Order: sequence, then structure tokens, then C-alpha cells
Amino acid sequence: MKPFKADLHIHTCLSPCADLMMTPKAIVREAQAKDIDIIGICDHNSGENVAAVKKAASKYGMTVLGGMEICSREEAHILALFDNEASLEKTQEIIWERLSGENDPTAFGEQVIADEEGRVLGINHKLLTGAVDLAVGEIVDLVHRYRGLAIASHIDKEAFSIISQLGFIPEGLGLDALEVSGNYKLHPFNYDSYRLPFITSSDAHFLHDVGKIYTKFLLEAAEFSEISMALKGISNRAIDFYPN
Amino acid sequence: MNLREIAEKLGLEVITGKTKLDCPISGGYASDLLSDVLANSREGNVWITIQAHPNIVAIAAMKGLCGVIIANGRVPEEETIKKAESENIAIMTSKKPVFELAGNLYALGVGGIKK
Repeated sequence: MKPFKADLHIHTCLSPCADLMMTPKAIVREAQAKDIDIIGICDHNSGENVAAVKKAASKYGMTVLGGMEICSREEAHILALFDNEASLEKTQEIIWERLSGENDPTAFGEQVIADEEGRVLGINHKLLTGAVDLAVGEIVDLVHRYRGLAIASHIDKEAFSIISQLGFIPEGLGLDALEVSGNYKLHPFNYDSYRLPFITSSDAHFLHDVGKIYTKFLLEAAEFSEISMALKGISNRAIDFYPN
Repeated sequence: MNLREIAEKLGLEVITGKTKLDCPISGGYASDLLSDVLANSREGNVWITIQAHPNIVAIAAMKGLCGVIIANGRVPEEETIKKAESENIAIMTSKKPVFELAGNLYALGVGGIKK
């Protein structure tokens, strides 16, 4: 097994709260400069910039996992990562059916759909920062239906985390992993009690944050299936992250 | 003041915990962050929220709350009702928003938590 650095939670200029400099090419270059092997693209309730980041990354031989950060009815954020774009698109379709409202760019920020060079292809007008009318359990089931990975975002944060919103993680939810923010050392958790694997990622909204926080995995190759095995702890694939 | 009286006066629909309506109310708490309710609500409180997830039942049980009012016309999830029935937690619903319900309760003499 070889070590791979993965930052699986990065926003692009499509997220209203992210910097407009977060173009596909700029994100890939920043990750490259920080020796990151695998990046995950997770914009709020949309996967529309994933293809462009994959294109930008292909020149560098960097692996991109496409996904989104879904906001549940309870306003808990769940990272959904997929093996292929068809699964991401199908999930996005269902998410959008349950997402209402229109974005106000002056209040929340622009939502730019970009090509790999960062040229503007369009603007998403949905309220991407809003909550989807699906319960957190329904979202985990939906992600699994399309063979994706469902990871609870930044559970140590005081807002939009499954623990802030629901007090504790409901039993039998079937999450694949839990993410802690880069500040996890400030708020010690009883990690063992969750009986789920932990990762940490940058949740980058600005270029300088890309790859600043990452999780080291022990894998055979930089692929979705390998990450999936590492989260399950099978075939000697592993996560080299011990928050304790 | 007990749950039955406020249910009648505020026109709440009692979904579960009909045998718990004699519970004397110690005060009220309103919040949608369950972590906050866990930290700050007091035993015997009636809790107003728009969250309808099954975890509200666990929070109410852990904190020994009198009951939960789900506001703004939201309906509890099926699993929430099942859990509340098995744990005998009173869940009531109202079409009124949280602010109106809290104001109504205050007018009835139900106070907040004393800080």
C-alpha cells in the first residue's frame, strides 16, 4: 500500500459562499502545489463544476472525486461522493426536485458554472445555499442508491453539522464516515464512541485553503473504489488519520 | 400550568403522549438546534421547534421535558411518532410559527429558563 493525500471537501466558484477565484484550474494547481493526490469537489447542492475540475486535473494526473455537499431538511450537511458523473447527475436531479428558492447574489454570492480554464459557462439561479426537503436518512439512502459515499460534514462545527442540528448521530443511519474540520483538536470528541471512520478535509472556500487540511489514505491507487475500501477498512486499505 | 391546559388554550393537536398531559410545565424553551436544546433546556420545559426528526424524542427523554410542540404546520416523521409512542413522550403540533407560540405561552404565564 502507498500513502495518498486526499482533500475530499473543496468548494468551487459555484458555491455562493466560495471565492470567485475558486476556478477549476486554480483549484487543481493549488492542490498540485501542496502535493495532494486526490481532491473531492463538493459544492452546495450541485455537482455542475465537477466535470470541469476533472478536465483541468487530467493534465496533472490528479484524481478528482465528484460530489456535492447536500443540506438536509434539518440543515445538516452531508458530503456525497460518487464514482462516476452519471450517478452524480441522477442524484443532483432528485436533490433539485426538493430544492426551492432562487439565489440572491448580493446576499449570498454568485454561483458560477465554469469550464476548466475558469471561463463562465453560466450562472445557477437556484438557492444552492438552501435546505433540501429530504431528511438526513433519506439523503444517505439516496446517495447509497447511486453507490456513492455519504460522509457527515464537519461534525465538530457549531452550525450545519449533524451534531449541532440533531444533538447526536441517529443510530443506524448508515453513514460511511464522519468528517471533522481542521479545528478538531480544539474540541475533543470521544471519537471511538461513534464506531465510524473519521476523515478531515479543508472545506476550502478560498484558494489558499485548498489542500491545507487533508486525510492520508493507504491505497493501491488513487481511485474512488480504493477510498471506499479504506473507509470500510477492507483489503488492507486504510485511513491514516487518528484524531485522538 | 400543565400540558393539557396549554394544548386547549393554544389549540394544539396532541399527536402522542396523551397520558402525559398532566405534566406540570416548569417553563418554555424554543430552538431548532438540538445540541442547544440538549445543553440549555430544563427539566419540565415545554419545547417549541420546527425540527421533526426522531432525535427530538431522544432529546426530550434525556432532558426530562414535559413535551414538544412542533410548530409552523410541520408534521412529525413516522419514525418520530413511533419513538414517541414507545417512550411515552408528548408531541403536539401547531400551525402557528415558533414566535407566536412562544408569545402565547408567555401570555399564559409560562416563563423562560432563568439565567
